[in-house]
Amino acid sequence: MKLLSCKEATSLASQRLDRRLGLLERLSLRLHLAVCDGCSRVAKQFAFLRTAVKQLGERDA
Amino acid sequence: MKDFRSSIEAERPYLLRYASLQLRDRAAAEDAVQEALLAALAAERSFAGRSNLRTWLTGILKHKIVDLLRKGSRETAIESDEALEALFDENDHWRAFPPAWRDPDGSLEQKQFFAALEMCLEGLPEKTARAFMMREHLGLETDEICKELAITSTHCWVLLYRARMALRKCLELNWFMK
Repeated sequence: MKLLSCKEATSLASQRLDRRLGLLERLSLRLHLAVCDGCSRVAKQFAFLRTAVKQLGERDA
Repeated sequence: MKDFRSSIEAERPYLLRYASLQLRDRAAAEDAVQEALLAALAAERSFAGRSNLRTWLTGILKHKIVDLLRKGSRETAIESDEALEALFDENDHWRAFPPAWRDPDGSLEQKQFFAALEMCLEGLPEKTARAFMMREHLGLETDEICKELAITSTHCWVLLYRARMALRKCLELNWFMK
């Protein structure tokens, strides 16, 4: 299994919110996130963005 | 009847801002809001008993926005994203390690956070912003967004990735690390 760069890892972390990743993609992403604090923060921030943007317009401007 | 009309009218500035954010086109936003308000007037009876007028109107407006997005899209090539490239070194590893954010959940309780988020959304390139809002705000699936924007799925995933990377950077600079 290929080791991902941080750019590839963040790209997959983004795509995982938009499509079902293949098995190899999931495994290599999980492996990368387990050892890379920067990318795992970014992956969490992507999920947070989704929550925040959903709430846009539901509250008073 | 007159009361309903004027309370709807009072929401117009808010709705206009909401539509402008997603359509990036003042005239198109005005059209969408106008159509939404007309539809709302015609549907007064279906509002009866609901608690929040703004939420109801925003729901109608969302449909009008999706209709407009469906009408007006053209394919363009993927351009490079220099801001994104600058985050990584020649081996595609971080140049500067992304810092942790201070209390993101608490931010969701703050009006100013949403103002910062809107500002960051406005800073995105038009097509990137549209793909992102269709996905994350309107909740459309990628294949539907591809169709509306006349782009391939791969292009769509690239745009969504760029949007997320640009927004997280913008929020970091203008909110979390401020």
